[in-house]
Amino acid sequence: MPEQYKSSTEIQPTPVIAPGHTFGTVTEKISAIVLTRPATNGWFIGFGIAFMATMMMLYAIGYLFLKGTGIWGVTIPVGWGFAIVNFVWWIGIGHAGTLISAILLLLRQSWRNSINRFAEAMTLFAVAAAGIFPAIHVGRPWLAYWLFPYPNTMRVWPQFRSPLMWDVFAVSTYATISALFWFGGLIPDFATLRDRTEKRWIKVIYGMLSFGWRGSARHWHRYETMYLLLAGLATPLVLSVHTVVSFDFAIGIVPGWHTTIFPPYFVAGAIYSGFAMVLMLAIPIRKIYGLEDFITLRHLQNSAKVMLATGLIVAYGYGIEAFMGWYSGDRYDAFTLWNRLHGPYAFWYHSLLACNIFIPQVLWIRKLRSSPLALFLISGVILIGMWLERFIIVVVSLHRDFLTSSWGMYYATRWDYMTYFGTIGMFLMLMFLFLRLLPAISIFEMRTLLPEAEVKE
Amino acid sequence: MASRLGLETKDVVELELDGKKAKGAIWIQAGHPDHSVTITLGYGRTRAGRVGTGQGFDAYAFRTTAHLWTASGLQIRKTGDIYELASTQGMQSMETPNGATRPLVREATLEEYKKNPNFAHEEEPEVPREFTLYPNFLYEEQKYAWGMAIDLNKCVGCNNCILACQSENNIAVVGHEQTLLGRHMHWIRIDVYYEGDRDNPKAYFQPVPCMQCENAPCEVVCPVGATSHTTEGLNDMVYNRCVGTRYCSNNCPYKVRRFNFLLFQDWETLQYKMMRNPDVSVRSRGVMEKCTYCVQRISERRIDTERASVIEGKEIKIGDELQTACQQSCPADAIIFGNVNDPNSAVSKWKAQSRNYSLLGELNTRPRTTYLAEVKNPNPELES
Repeated sequence: MPEQYKSSTEIQPTPVIAPGHTFGTVTEKISAIVLTRPATNGWFIGFGIAFMATMMMLYAIGYLFLKGTGIWGVTIPVGWGFAIVNFVWWIGIGHAGTLISAILLLLRQSWRNSINRFAEAMTLFAVAAAGIFPAIHVGRPWLAYWLFPYPNTMRVWPQFRSPLMWDVFAVSTYATISALFWFGGLIPDFATLRDRTEKRWIKVIYGMLSFGWRGSARHWHRYETMYLLLAGLATPLVLSVHTVVSFDFAIGIVPGWHTTIFPPYFVAGAIYSGFAMVLMLAIPIRKIYGLEDFITLRHLQNSAKVMLATGLIVAYGYGIEAFMGWYSGDRYDAFTLWNRLHGPYAFWYHSLLACNIFIPQVLWIRKLRSSPLALFLISGVILIGMWLERFIIVVVSLHRDFLTSSWGMYYATRWDYMTYFGTIGMFLMLMFLFLRLLPAISIFEMRTLLPEAEVKE
Repeated sequence: MASRLGLETKDVVELELDGKKAKGAIWIQAGHPDHSVTITLGYGRTRAGRVGTGQGFDAYAFRTTAHLWTASGLQIRKTGDIYELASTQGMQSMETPNGATRPLVREATLEEYKKNPNFAHEEEPEVPREFTLYPNFLYEEQKYAWGMAIDLNKCVGCNNCILACQSENNIAVVGHEQTLLGRHMHWIRIDVYYEGDRDNPKAYFQPVPCMQCENAPCEVVCPVGATSHTTEGLNDMVYNRCVGTRYCSNNCPYKVRRFNFLLFQDWETLQYKMMRNPDVSVRSRGVMEKCTYCVQRISERRIDTERASVIEGKEIKIGDELQTACQQSCPADAIIFGNVNDPNSAVSKWKAQSRNYSLLGELNTRPRTTYLAEVKNPNPELES
């Protein structure tokens, strides 16, 4: 940085990787978590709780299949409740991982290298949690496969004009690309683990997973090509998947759903909640596993800035919805706005505004952007706020629509809660396993950040 | 009177008359005379099957030969309990809490009607039929185009149509707990709207079956194509294709679609086979159902007329003899059903009236079920 700009008040940019590391130390530090560091009691307790929550989810789903969707709070007029709220929430969370992996790669942002592995894992596990809900929330889940366009003896295809069909394509594409991207990126690291471990059976397993990676120039060339191609495929998905999910609502005629702001508003909201989840994972992980040298304050600050920006877009979305409630002159839209502010769910709408708009504005303060504790708490608030946003959109729009005689209320039942917290448990359980069995940070990509990695002519 | 006593709907009170007591929940009825309570006979049964036993209280306790229908001297005491009364209707007013009114039931006095016969269409923006990206299907060229008109002047809210529909179409009774959640399965319902002063309100009744919209919002959102449109204008519900996403119900602005959230039908009791209509399926859990314009009757009649046409060698068409169950049972003849492609059918004549309007027509759903707006001729001396 030019000398004339340096002064005592100038703040040095936080490094992407702490100084003093070599190829050896980077590789050792990350692979040690998997290979040599024993699992602590804390890991077992955390994993145990997450596992129990997953079992609770399976119990709730089992009872659901036995009795029917009536065990939930869904009814007429609120035909969609927690299940769809949770589906959209989880899919939204997944978007940050893909943005970090794909878009930041194409934009050559090297700070992505330490967070992209576990962020992409987060995406996969979030999509897995999300994918549960469309399958189980239908009235006849044993026939949910009819939404897939397979040639069948009934000679019937699905109805492609339905946004739920577009969801099928979008989410399955997203899951496939994310899985390929994540796994492809892991191959050189699997080879590293294969080479570093001394136990034979672990060597065999990582060896099979690494597909015979030798690290030759030809392998690396093919690898870089594949990685760029997948990044190119995944980049539009960041925008398209949540746009398609937003069409579930925007294509409907329900007041409060039928609005063109939804696609950009949903995508911004997805990245907002996704980065909040990345931070909520990154901050404990770096602390517990001693990875502050790799996941530095720079990463936390950058994530905070992305959250602030997307949060402002989401705030604009709220503002324009409110404005249109008045400007459109449409009696139904006007009432939908009034109902959100004064109706039976008004407390939740006001909490939403607090959680999503007002509280995260503290991220303008540099000191809070650099404080892991503050970021952790604010991220939690944002995740709650984004869940409330989907609740307001799905439930509060449905419960009072056109005919006043059809107005009703939605009350979640214990099965709704058990399923929801169960998916959170499943997500955490998968994350715990991931941290234990796979390198949480991309080893070879971290090596590229070191000064030794520069190619000297 | 209720506010004087500090009571609200669902409060449980204890009634005492000449030493006899009973406890029951109250329902505050708009327009009910002051200083009085209406109690209904027929509840509190002890042997009435799965649904009927133990509902309400036995009002015969208060009924004596001296006081068969009315009595005075009743005492009411608040007990502090609450009983969740199950109502099948959300709100009973066309005025929303933010002060706006929705023109769901349209009405005018005779004077207003004479001055402006088109009063029922004032609010509607005319959406031209060409206002669509898709080519319009030519329903008018088909042999039949089924439609229904409901005359709101005639409907007194007796609920006969609901019962007839339930019997005709094997509709399940879901019970108190499920109705509290809003899961009652009525394919036709009667919406009641009160307007005006609470002590002297106007009451409007509006039977709402499936509108069989030509531009049905439910059809486009079903991912498996379980609901589609026939050439005769019926919105068909294909139970065996439905996987139960409930998007169609969410998108229906009239909320006429009912979902089997649980297994509401009794598949065990063999005697129900005698009760049920063999022409109509019995739906299991996880499928959506709704009014079909009694499609089983349409099909039966079509088969009869086609057979008769062959036998007699000339074309015999279905005429006004075909009635839906609700139409057949209505004591006021408020519902009429028939072929709108036949200008001489009763339904065509009703729909040609200027009072005819579509509920929520501004959504461009083009419903085949339309309403004839109310025209009242109130005695000016009674009004004041």
